[in-house]
Amino acid sequence: MSAVITAPIGVARPKPAGFLRRLFRDKPLGAAGGVIFMLFLFCGIFADVLAPFGMNEISPINRLKPPSWQFPFGTDNLGRDMLSRCLYGAQLSVIIGITAASLATFVSVAIGIATGYLGGKVDLIMQRFVDAWMSFPDLIILIVVVSVVGPGMPQIICTLGLLLGIGGSRIIRSAVVSVRENMYVHAAQSIGATTPRILLKHILPNILPPIIVLFTTRVGAVILAESGLSFLGLGVPPPAPTWGGLLSGGGRTYMFQGPWLALAPGLCLTIVVYATNVFGDALRDLLDPRLRGSR
Amino acid sequence: MQAYIARRLLALLPTLLFASIIVFVTVRLIPGDIIDMMLSQNDVSAGKMDREALVAALGLDKPIWSQYLTWVGRIIFHGDLGNSLWQTTPVTEQLAARLPVTFELGLLAVLIGLTIALPIGVYSAIRQDTAGDYISRSFSILMLAIPSFWLGTMVLVIPSIFWGWSPEVSYIPFFEDPIGNIKQMLLPAVVLGTALSAITMRMTRTMMLEVLRQDYIRTAMAKGLPERLVVVRHALRNALIPVVTLIGLQAPIIIGGTVILEQIFGIPGMGLLLLDAVNQRDYPIITGVFLVVGVAVMLINLVVDLSYGLLDPRVRVRS
Repeated sequence: MSAVITAPIGVARPKPAGFLRRLFRDKPLGAAGGVIFMLFLFCGIFADVLAPFGMNEISPINRLKPPSWQFPFGTDNLGRDMLSRCLYGAQLSVIIGITAASLATFVSVAIGIATGYLGGKVDLIMQRFVDAWMSFPDLIILIVVVSVVGPGMPQIICTLGLLLGIGGSRIIRSAVVSVRENMYVHAAQSIGATTPRILLKHILPNILPPIIVLFTTRVGAVILAESGLSFLGLGVPPPAPTWGGLLSGGGRTYMFQGPWLALAPGLCLTIVVYATNVFGDALRDLLDPRLRGSR
Repeated sequence: MQAYIARRLLALLPTLLFASIIVFVTVRLIPGDIIDMMLSQNDVSAGKMDREALVAALGLDKPIWSQYLTWVGRIIFHGDLGNSLWQTTPVTEQLAARLPVTFELGLLAVLIGLTIALPIGVYSAIRQDTAGDYISRSFSILMLAIPSFWLGTMVLVIPSIFWGWSPEVSYIPFFEDPIGNIKQMLLPAVVLGTALSAITMRMTRTMMLEVLRQDYIRTAMAKGLPERLVVVRHALRNALIPVVTLIGLQAPIIIGGTVILEQIFGIPGMGLLLLDAVNQRDYPIITGVFLVVGVAVMLINLVVDLSYGLLDPRVRVRS
């Protein structure tokens, strides 16, 4: 009898080692995505060491050189090494991706817990607000906000964090709503635990799986959104080599003479977003079976 | 059905209210130095408009709630979104010229997306776990990752290098030359449509798999109907209902996508209007586009919801 009572009712917490084994055995594609993602983080963090040339190192004799051993990704119209620029681009993407995704996740969790656990009028009003917010295309909100606050890295990070955070609050809210009705939450309420304690000790640990999944998929979404914005010339201002920025502006004029200028940044972007997507999907399948099939 | 429509319309009101507040507050964030920048950038100091006049034109000299009420009142009672700051033409006039272009591009993209997604999604479902299924699923995940601005760029760069082909530079209006117009729109629509097809394909496959396991499919198969007929008439029809909703949910993605593709291909739709307005800091136009896009997405979702009720009688009875 006592065994029944003490058995955990919530989601079993996965152990890291066993979890990794399951990831590689059951989800080889997702594991590959995870490895690529780690590689991308590594490249971003150590870009200064890895890059053979400086971020904006100009070399007039090496203008528009096709890919070679010296310049694996070719050079641009000012003789800048595309490999180095793509590596520094990865650095910017890592910084923006991780910070904005963290902010977005934090906002989602804050709104999701407040509306999902407290419910009532706050929830009702907040849900209509989220409805309205989500009927604006992400890109349009970003463009409008940037038109007001001006382009720049801190602005982009805050805007993206807030933007994706509000959208993602739905996922957290639904997780909170399903956890809220568990026996252990009622038990905590009945022995008089305070609301902050219940939220931190009982709700939060049990919605960790969707939070991790949300964070992973947000990294990809942030990188994609930032590059789109930089492509339109509204992201991190040049000469910072963001992947989106490399595909627009000056580079664009010379793409017809040097198609490798269009190839490298686009491929980097596609591979990283692809990797985050499959990694996120695999994590979701393993950690949070409830969300399977939804996006 | 009338009650269902009325309920849906009523539910739209609070969302519209919030949307108008979001639009208003976001653009109200304009810091003071931006006004100086507007003044210097566009050289209106030449007697035409001074600082106070500009602040008054933007309505920034009154308390915020009164500004909001005036703004909403003008939209509701006069359909007036203000005038463009630099061209002094009504914003609504500009929007009316650009909206159909974006709508055409978006519609073409949806049609192309469905043409790609439905057959592949159905094939993927009826041949589940075969090589073909794996290939089409991998393709769809890959298409989700390729940014449309990169695909759009490659579509411009590659033909130009290999065949010396490049698209028309100036825009051809539909009513002057319908065929030329469609030809011009086709390439950006294909790029956007491919991106849309990825998620639609996944949804079609999932729904088909679910429907194919139903008893009435087994019955239809058991009574000896040809597979083609069962798939198209019994399964696809039922699987399509959630796919219709998905198109509504994708409306923001479609409109966001048209902004980028309009920029790449030089098509004068809402997206290009917005980007030009951002460069010129023409806030009445920015506000106008922002609001119209939000309302358009809501209306698309309303139409989708209503058609959902029309397609599936259970929906209108239950809710």
